[in-house]
Amino acid sequence: MGLLSKKDSKLILDPLADNNPITIQVLGICSALAITAQLKPSIVMAISVVFVLGVGNVVISLMRNIIPSKIRIIVQLIVVATLVIIVDQVLKAFAYELSKELSVFIGLIITNCIIMGRFEAFALGNGPWRSFLDGIGNAAGYGVILIIVGFFRELLGSGTLFGFKVLGDPVEKSGLYAIGYENNGFMVLPPMALIVVGLIIWVQRSRNKELIEEN
Amino acid sequence: MAINTDKNSYTVIFAIVMVIVVGSILAGFASGLKPLVKANEKYEKMQNILYAMNVNDNEGPNDVTFIPTDRVEEEFNKYITKQLVIQGDNITEDDQAFLIDLKKEETLAKEEGYTRRLPLFIGEKDGKELYVIPVRGKGLWDAIWGFVAVDKGMTIQGVYFDHKGETPGLGAEIKQRYFMDDFTGESFLNGNAFEGITVAKGNNDPKNTDTSDNEVDALAGATITGDGVSAMLKKDIRMYVPYFQKLNQ
Repeated sequence: MGLLSKKDSKLILDPLADNNPITIQVLGICSALAITAQLKPSIVMAISVVFVLGVGNVVISLMRNIIPSKIRIIVQLIVVATLVIIVDQVLKAFAYELSKELSVFIGLIITNCIIMGRFEAFALGNGPWRSFLDGIGNAAGYGVILIIVGFFRELLGSGTLFGFKVLGDPVEKSGLYAIGYENNGFMVLPPMALIVVGLIIWVQRSRNKELIEEN
Repeated sequence: MAINTDKNSYTVIFAIVMVIVVGSILAGFASGLKPLVKANEKYEKMQNILYAMNVNDNEGPNDVTFIPTDRVEEEFNKYITKQLVIQGDNITEDDQAFLIDLKKEETLAKEEGYTRRLPLFIGEKDGKELYVIPVRGKGLWDAIWGFVAVDKGMTIQGVYFDHKGETPGLGAEIKQRYFMDDFTGESFLNGNAFEGITVAKGNNDPKNTDTSDNEVDALAGATITGDGVSAMLKKDIRMYVPYFQKLNQ
């Protein structure tokens, strides 16, 4: 990476794999359960979190020397809430269709503990540029897992991807359904998201033994 | 920097300044974007009404594509011939029917002595007269609403449903073609009496070949949303029954 020094590129690449916010730090699980029944909302949620965490980290980092430590959590919350409301308003004005599809999820960003976690752990102690990279990296790490989970849940649960019937038509018994395949209705329910995340954690840790925690 | 950020006075001043700054930023955004948001809402309603009348840009069998916003106003004026406001026995022609807020009317109707204003949009498509009725009810998490286009005999010619916050993949599927299209051809009447339409789990008719049973096939995993749709249709369409009775006399 010509533009970024080794230390800086680590900020982006680490959260994608070996320090992933969902599979390693186990943060942001709540929204990962709620919105991954389909692929499209997963992707838009990932993009929105990249924006909010990237910009939020920069804002907090710029303010880090003047925030009174007693009320820093409240200040962080206000920054997230403000950004989320701005995203919501802008989407409503310029991308109305999209905003309707996402209304609930956009609000959910505020409750995402990855955001508060990065503000608290990184942006309060680092400069704006490094904070920006850290924010983008962590949000991307979160987004990657969301998209993987969303892909499998929509494919196995509804037999579709982005709403297209990729496995054939279950009512007309075409494609895979002709030979007796059935959708797994359990996949669209929230518990399966947890199980899919668990499987990802399993695969990741068995490939890289260093990640296994010792008790 | 030499600011003592631990002092109480500093904390209070910081909080006040922060609230003022954030408040004005958000107020600025909200009021600056309000005209755009309002226009979007208006276009959306027009698109929904037209969609219920089968005026759309659908391409595939699963596609839900509205008339694009730059054309919607023109198409709306072309297809909608009359807007009526029904209040008890008074029926007035009024372009303001479009602006009636069903939620507000519902609240007002709870007060004694208030007769609810019912908007009705009359349009023509392919030589057929269509009556578009707006409906509003409750889903599992939040409001659901829609527009139902019927003919003179209260047989459905097209519907559009929407929701505020139903579960994606489950209740949110009420705005999918495979659910909405099932309603076309069903009648709200059973004989001459109003029966409504039930979103039924056990009607053994997933392709909806039987359009005389006042039932459409339910969505798996969305029982409460489906019940909400049935209840919404029964409650809101029933109020229009006297109008249609008079129409057919």
